[in-house]
Amino acid sequence: MSTATDNRRKAPAGERVADWADGRLGIYSLAKANMRKIFPDHWSFMLGEVCLYSFLIIILTGVYLTLFFHPSMNEVVYHGSYVPMQGMRMSEAYKSTLDISFDIRGGLLLRQIHHWAALVFLAAMMLHMMRVFFTGAFRKPREINWLFGFLLLVLGTFTGFTGYGLPDDLLSGTGIRIAQGLILSIPLVGTYISMFLFGGEFPGTDFVARFYSIHILLLPGIMLGLVVAHLILVVYHKHTQFPGPGRTEKNVVGMPLMPVYMAKAGGFFFLVFGVIAAIAAIATINPVWAMGPYRPDQVSTNAQPDWYLGMSEGIFRAMPGWEINIAGHTLVLGVFIPLLIFGLVLTAMAVYPFLESWVTGDKREHHLLDRPRNAPTRTAFGVAWLVMYGVGLVNGGNDLWATHFHLSVNSVTWFVRITFFTAPIVAFIVTRRICLGLQRRDRDKVLHGRESGIIKRLPHGEFVEVHEPLSQDQLFTLTSHEQPKPLELEPEVDENGVTRKAGASQRLRAKLSKGFYGEGTHIPKPTAEEYHEITSGHGHH
Amino acid sequence: MKKLSARRRHPLAAVVVLLFALAVTGGLYAAFAPADKAKADDTAQSLAIEEGKKLYSVGCASCHGTGGQGSSDGPSLVGVGSAAVDFQVATGRMPLQQQGAQAPRKKAIYSQAEIDQLAAYIASLGAGPVAPTKSQYSPDGADIAKGGELFRTNCAQCHNFVGKGGALSNGKFAPSLENVNPKHIYEAMQTGPQNMPSFPDTTMSEKNKKDIVAYLGAVNSSKSENPGGLELGGFGPVSEGLFAWVFGLGALVAVAIWVAARTAKAKKS
Repeated sequence: MSTATDNRRKAPAGERVADWADGRLGIYSLAKANMRKIFPDHWSFMLGEVCLYSFLIIILTGVYLTLFFHPSMNEVVYHGSYVPMQGMRMSEAYKSTLDISFDIRGGLLLRQIHHWAALVFLAAMMLHMMRVFFTGAFRKPREINWLFGFLLLVLGTFTGFTGYGLPDDLLSGTGIRIAQGLILSIPLVGTYISMFLFGGEFPGTDFVARFYSIHILLLPGIMLGLVVAHLILVVYHKHTQFPGPGRTEKNVVGMPLMPVYMAKAGGFFFLVFGVIAAIAAIATINPVWAMGPYRPDQVSTNAQPDWYLGMSEGIFRAMPGWEINIAGHTLVLGVFIPLLIFGLVLTAMAVYPFLESWVTGDKREHHLLDRPRNAPTRTAFGVAWLVMYGVGLVNGGNDLWATHFHLSVNSVTWFVRITFFTAPIVAFIVTRRICLGLQRRDRDKVLHGRESGIIKRLPHGEFVEVHEPLSQDQLFTLTSHEQPKPLELEPEVDENGVTRKAGASQRLRAKLSKGFYGEGTHIPKPTAEEYHEITSGHGHH
Repeated sequence: MKKLSARRRHPLAAVVVLLFALAVTGGLYAAFAPADKAKADDTAQSLAIEEGKKLYSVGCASCHGTGGQGSSDGPSLVGVGSAAVDFQVATGRMPLQQQGAQAPRKKAIYSQAEIDQLAAYIASLGAGPVAPTKSQYSPDGADIAKGGELFRTNCAQCHNFVGKGGALSNGKFAPSLENVNPKHIYEAMQTGPQNMPSFPDTTMSEKNKKDIVAYLGAVNSSKSENPGGLELGGFGPVSEGLFAWVFGLGALVAVAIWVAARTAKAKKS
């Protein structure tokens, strides 16, 4: 590669640097393979980027915060510049958080950017996950990447929670106390885990330092690895695309990484940073100075977790305080059952791709996305899940619903207890019907064209609306999806007369498959014959 | 002197002497009669009770009974003291608009003079907490940090960290303490209105009450600072989460749509 032997013309400095690097890192072949990588264009494909960039912003601001934060529970007396706390006894962790907020240049802004970015990060992951779910982008070959994403969401939640617990203020301490209560509710091992985690009785003098290691080292380290793996898989699988003319399972239609997406993604990073920084400059988040230092004998109302644990908070608040006693051991079902439900709700999301591919028997690769309406059962599941999650989330702030809408907090709780189970069912049925309605609309559009809004009067006096026929491209987009058939059980007696009974799981699978793809789950899409019959001769009907 | 002695038998001399004597005795009487002032005050007090009773009969008696003994619609007012009257009436909670989970704060309909008369009447029914004087509740010389600690120990579980208010069971609530008159905060602690426990001086000293009032003035009034920007109501993570979803993610989605819409499209001629 080197041109050093040719002395007639010296290569420009940039080229020589690149040559030097290529000789050692092999960047040319790497660039050749990846610089022209094609990415399709759709705004919803950028939600993952929002996650990535907010994660980077969290790391950058977090590093700055570590320079000044003291993860210690040693008791000190505050003499800083926030007057209403002067002379208070508090932990060094809380004092250093106050110092970051009031006495360190840029500290409060960076603290707020860090925290706002964390809320946005988790929200963006959730939205990104919804996009992937509703378009069916989790199907083969991307199930593993779906799991990586799911793990990132769960780890992000834990990282957020440990960070929320670090300042050792009254709000965070109350949150940690609830987490400890959850741990204690685990049968048999709960007390041991709690004693191990807190180094003795709660709160002890260790947990801030321990949470600090977990928050800044362990969890972000794992997450960083998962992010890299997630991105490698995105490149390896290539990006999915929405169906359309010229788009197949074997190609990707879009713009190259260099220069288009380099510029777009690079610019987008700064836009994300700008939006989050602007929000952090405008609005307070977690005003630790107002909370006071943590003391186990104090508590305040409005003690809620950050939003990503609001759903778990909501189901704890909704759960009756059941408690049973077995052979002298108390089992706190009022806490343990919500913990299980929270785990189950999350797990349902994680295993859905595997469940769907098992039920439908679909083992093919999918690179073309589904429009949500064309997969009504999946869409209905997704909406039902979101409704369940949303109802739980509502109850996480039941006191604020009560005060702001002049309701009784007891009524809100009862409403949630009932709707947590009923609303997802209603949502499932309604969503499926809406999907079918949209399919019917697509069918009408294909067969009869777009309503133009032009009213024509015929010679005999009848008024008709002129329908404009769709273009070939639009027709293709609306009809290219496939409509799978449900799995059939093999006949119990085959042609040789051998009886082969289907197992229970096979029967369940056939039943579920019928629910997914059987009768009433889709509107038959128009066939070419139907289209020709209608469009030939009459033009419209 | 000649002039004076020459006129001492003047027909009007007796009148002049009489005027002098009257002026002196009157002046002396005015200077040395403090007993009279007390007597006048007594009259004012009984006058206030009298007036208060009239106001009470018109505005309060239908629920609290003609003699303050209470009825099925309202509790007895014997022994609640002037502090309770001042709190309830001056914050507009009384007279009650309608029966409900809790009396909300509204515009006061009695003037302070009328409230004092009502308070005098109710106080005359039985001994109770006395409305505080300005020196008791003014934040001068109070320990704000101590007040904060006391507030978080005794008040925050219902009123939130800095007194933004919170929900109680069955539609009841702990009201926001933002910009509440320090006197009324003090009286609420003395008397424990509605669902609030009372904190008499035996439980929480006058000094401690003063500290709490000063703390609220420092962190939850129009004068308190918000170093972090907009407060978002001060309700903690719920309003923050809502803000992050609506304005944070909302703005980012808008930006994403904008970026995606501006793409390098190959132009076909």
